[in-house]
Amino acid sequence: MKAMHEKLIFEHSAPGRSAEAQYPQVPVEAPIPAALRRAGAPLLPEVSELQAVRHFTRLSQLNFSIDTHFYPLGSCTMKYNPKACNQYAMLPELLNRHPLAPESTGQGILQILYELQEMLKEVTGMRGVSLTPMAGAQGEFAGVAMIRAYHKARKDLARVEIIVPDAAHGTNPATATMCGCTVKEIPTLPNGDIDLDSLRAAVGPQTAGIMLTNPSTIGVFERHIDDLRRIVHEAGGLLYYDGANLNAILGKVRPGDMGFDVIHMNLHKTFSTPHGGGGPGSGAVGVSERLLPFMPVPIVGSDGDRYRWLDEKDLPQTIGRLSGFMGNTGVLLRAYIYMRMLGRDGMQRVSEFATLNSNYLAARLRAAGFELAYPGRRASHEFIVTLRREAHEWGTNAMDFAKRLLDYGFHAPTTYFPLLVPECLLIEPTETESKEELDAFVDAMIAIRREAETEPDKLKGAPWTLPVRRLDDVRAAKQLDLTWKAA
Amino acid sequence: MPFIPHTEDDIRTMLEAIGAPDIDALFDEIPANLRAPGLPGVPPALNEMEVGRLLAGFATRDGRPLNFIGAGAYEHHIPSAVWAIVTRGEFYSAYTPYQAEASQGTLQLLYEYQTMMASLTALDISNASLYDGASGLAEACLMAVRANRKSKSQRILLPAALNPTYRDVVQVIAGNQNIAFELLPYDQKGGQTLVSALEPYSGQDITAVVLQQPNFFGTLEDADAATDWAHANNALLIGVVNPTSLAVLKPPGQWGGLGADIAVGDGQPLGVPLSSGGPYFGFMATRTEHVRQMPGRIIGRTLDLDGKPGFTLTLQAREQHIRRSKATSNICTNQGLLVTAATIYMSLLGARGLAQVAGTSMQRTQQLVDALTRVPGVRLAFDRPRFHEAVLLLDRPVKPVLEALARRGIVGGADISARYPSLGNALLVCATETRTLADIDTYAQALAETMRNSAAAA
Repeated sequence: MKAMHEKLIFEHSAPGRSAEAQYPQVPVEAPIPAALRRAGAPLLPEVSELQAVRHFTRLSQLNFSIDTHFYPLGSCTMKYNPKACNQYAMLPELLNRHPLAPESTGQGILQILYELQEMLKEVTGMRGVSLTPMAGAQGEFAGVAMIRAYHKARKDLARVEIIVPDAAHGTNPATATMCGCTVKEIPTLPNGDIDLDSLRAAVGPQTAGIMLTNPSTIGVFERHIDDLRRIVHEAGGLLYYDGANLNAILGKVRPGDMGFDVIHMNLHKTFSTPHGGGGPGSGAVGVSERLLPFMPVPIVGSDGDRYRWLDEKDLPQTIGRLSGFMGNTGVLLRAYIYMRMLGRDGMQRVSEFATLNSNYLAARLRAAGFELAYPGRRASHEFIVTLRREAHEWGTNAMDFAKRLLDYGFHAPTTYFPLLVPECLLIEPTETESKEELDAFVDAMIAIRREAETEPDKLKGAPWTLPVRRLDDVRAAKQLDLTWKAA
Repeated sequence: MPFIPHTEDDIRTMLEAIGAPDIDALFDEIPANLRAPGLPGVPPALNEMEVGRLLAGFATRDGRPLNFIGAGAYEHHIPSAVWAIVTRGEFYSAYTPYQAEASQGTLQLLYEYQTMMASLTALDISNASLYDGASGLAEACLMAVRANRKSKSQRILLPAALNPTYRDVVQVIAGNQNIAFELLPYDQKGGQTLVSALEPYSGQDITAVVLQQPNFFGTLEDADAATDWAHANNALLIGVVNPTSLAVLKPPGQWGGLGADIAVGDGQPLGVPLSSGGPYFGFMATRTEHVRQMPGRIIGRTLDLDGKPGFTLTLQAREQHIRRSKATSNICTNQGLLVTAATIYMSLLGARGLAQVAGTSMQRTQQLVDALTRVPGVRLAFDRPRFHEAVLLLDRPVKPVLEALARRGIVGGADISARYPSLGNALLVCATETRTLADIDTYAQALAETMRNSAAAA
């Protein structure tokens, strides 16, 4: 029987209890001057080891996850995380190595990271790779910072504007701001391509670059990428590739060959490192020739058969460091193992079967009467269903469908993103799902649609079968309760 | 096909449903001139058995040297239960809890974490994590600029005794937004930041003062004085702290008369392995009045339709997916899994266990300092009280000594000479509760022999 409710860990506490096998028992009085001592103990749980294990195991059972549920969260690439990637990344020698230990004691890990850089160069078609950004958004930051550094090095100081399509991820404009740039949005055409006339009008001597996802966030490939690249490059701007959707094109078309100057990859998406309930991610960046000097450090270099860290001395024009050490090494290890297990052919199968699954799901949902947002286009690894008719006719919106899907045992797709499609579900099945699972999802969508017509309250009140029913977000934001306090 | 479940029948049926002749046709919107010919630079696939051998080989090559480095990442005992639970698929393979009803496990855990961190730092609230301590400090500086409405200057004072890599990262991340960072010197004898160094700034418009406790040298700072100075000058005080130390040291919320305004740090010591530098996680706590300026995910407790308590992401209007270019930060994915580890770790140890870890680490470091300073040519740099790190000064360059020690299976500390040239040949060492007296003795003997041999060679 699965847990449906679990008390807070603090409510399991009893004074004086703890997991005593886990820390030194010889009493020590920390030799701290009185003025620097803590007054009063912090509120930490007082529980036995079993109580802690049971509590957190029960909490885990309240989650949906890839291991337990189909999780077609668009733009997040929720594919299977092979167990081997975790097992072999957690070998004691790899776990226990201090990041500042001499390079002579880390030739194994350095070789792994070097080979990972080389493989990522190959799959992206870029000239250099730095693994240090700790998530996609930090990779974006590195990318835009490099674009700025490039223009500054050329004394082209007016270039501070970043162009983003209106369908872009929110991180794109937020990143541009963090890099001290201004943001200009350009529209997407009804057919899903970018409006090139608007782009032509937008570029100029102020253009630092454009941030693009391709396939775009609406799940279609930007067909005029060649023209687009020419417009931006001729105006003196650079092209940034947001790698959120790299899974769609792995081995089929490379960002470097499309003419992008810088890309970030989400290793936790395309290369199957765990999403972990919200991280850790890893946002490695790749660059074209002209951005090589600006890459964030450290980077692994090789002098013949010895590997070493390249730092500010090797790359004097680097944008610098983004983390306390060298990024999320443990995540990089998992990506490395995954890539070695896929190999050159397996890597191409990723995009093939991700696209097959997506187009199959789109075709079946369309045949079942759902409206696709871009019916005239080939789906990439994801696609959008718009529920505007269902909302209009029966008052059941995309969120209602999403919540009802949870009752049917499916994690909901991404809802209300991208913002330009009304009542949308962004659906990304990934390549690791079977046809049976996709068929079951279609069956659930059809059943929910029938409910929407005949018993709409079943949707509006959903979910009914989860640990909690729909939560009051307004109350959460107005009556802030962010920490537990003893009664 | 590894990890791909499709049979030949499946593929045929699916293509029929789509109306496509083959899988390649699904890529027909990509211009033909851009199609990649394959990935010849990627090696052929290995199966799990082969990749296991490969990784075991790399691991064996690196071995398990005896470690005495801290410098921002600390080797503590990690209870087996921590990662046994963290790697459960329900935590490991879930994502950001956008669908709250299907993510109550992760959300409740994060709420418990926020409670623990707020209490540990003695501040009101905590977010659900940032990437690491260094980038967390950069976010704290950006937050201070937004939160301190009395200040227009965007001037922030950083101690020279702050982890120098943190200084680098802060400059990279916050430097594009016209924030000026100025350096506060440390006392050459004690290693603490000189409160007198703040005096020249009295009466000026300063946005925030940063103080690291314990500082990069392991020395304990006079946090009360710095905090009171900051508040007297309408500046915010940002404390950079080691979470283990907070079990015994005065926490930021208790600094000075009013307490620090923002506390940040690296959560790695709380159950996260060293792992060559990451993934770790950054934590951030603050007062309630600043909550809308805080970056990152925040979890709130609320009620569901039936009036039953539950947990959800809240205050999302601060974040990039809503506010876009006006968000408090571009952060999206953070370090959820590492926070899961830290929450389980803190639950197992409790306040008493964490204080024992802190106290034992302090004791071991003192024993290490005593043993190493008995070696001819080695002396202690600073005489002030410290936590679990210390700077030693050698009578010769540090790097060759560390290399010689590494050949004997000892990772002897961090060479900080290049970052602090005025110290000379400076070695930052650390011993936690994981080092035994025998380990310390092994190190002291190896150091004595190394020093003797190289003296003989010279």
